[in-house]
Amino acid sequence: MTLQYHYNVPGDDFVHAGEASGHLKGVLRQLGYPADVVRRVAISMYEGEINMVIHANGGEIDAEIDDRGVTLVLKDQGPGIPDIEKAMQEGWSTASDEIRSQGFGAGMGLPNMKKYTDRLQIDTVLGVGTTLTMRIDLH
Amino acid sequence: MKMKDILTLLDARLLRGLPEVESEFSSAFSSDMMSDVLAYGQGQGLLLTGLLNQQVIRTAEMLDMRCIVFVRGKTPGEEVLDLAAEKGIAVACTPHGMFTASGLLYQAGLTGV
Repeated sequence: MTLQYHYNVPGDDFVHAGEASGHLKGVLRQLGYPADVVRRVAISMYEGEINMVIHANGGEIDAEIDDRGVTLVLKDQGPGIPDIEKAMQEGWSTASDEIRSQGFGAGMGLPNMKKYTDRLQIDTVLGVGTTLTMRIDLH
Repeated sequence: MKMKDILTLLDARLLRGLPEVESEFSSAFSSDMMSDVLAYGQGQGLLLTGLLNQQVIRTAEMLDMRCIVFVRGKTPGEEVLDLAAEKGIAVACTPHGMFTASGLLYQAGLTGV
């Protein structure tokens, strides 16, 4: 069994950010995935979705569900990540004060994605965009 | 600790949702930073926060949290309350600040991470 879902994430729409992640979470729950796996997928995708809205003026998410887990590909055409090593450090963020006042920009996004996924691949080109590929396995 | 007891202890007013009177809470997480909640809040059923936007509801949704208590007497807008109702998350409001509200719950036996 393989199920595929495609989501368009609008940029600068902080109010609706998280809808895609909420939808996929519902699908996984209906499929009977274990609660901890569903949570790990939901958190990782949600952090990525928020990042797209905050940093990259939106983007696209492709989710593929198979018998052994979930693959998420988050693609944006944002500014790219200048220093991945720094971005992976907890607490490091380039987010504006406005974003921080909305409860994000604590510098936990990418570290959280790494923490909750089995594999995280970051492909980024400055001025072109970033693609995150995440895999969460059913253990 | 039962939700109705939490509401009583915090002098909290339920804004949306029916208290799951039988559901038990053993721990809580307090923060205004949603990324921190996502990082450390796993396994907590209760969130205390002073942040009032939609992303509080979505963060709780991703973590399967069942109840959010807004501190410092703040009340979010209708659209935020409606989103909580849609997601089946109970939301309440306490006049206490985050420190006091957390302390009251800790004293009553709830733990943190």
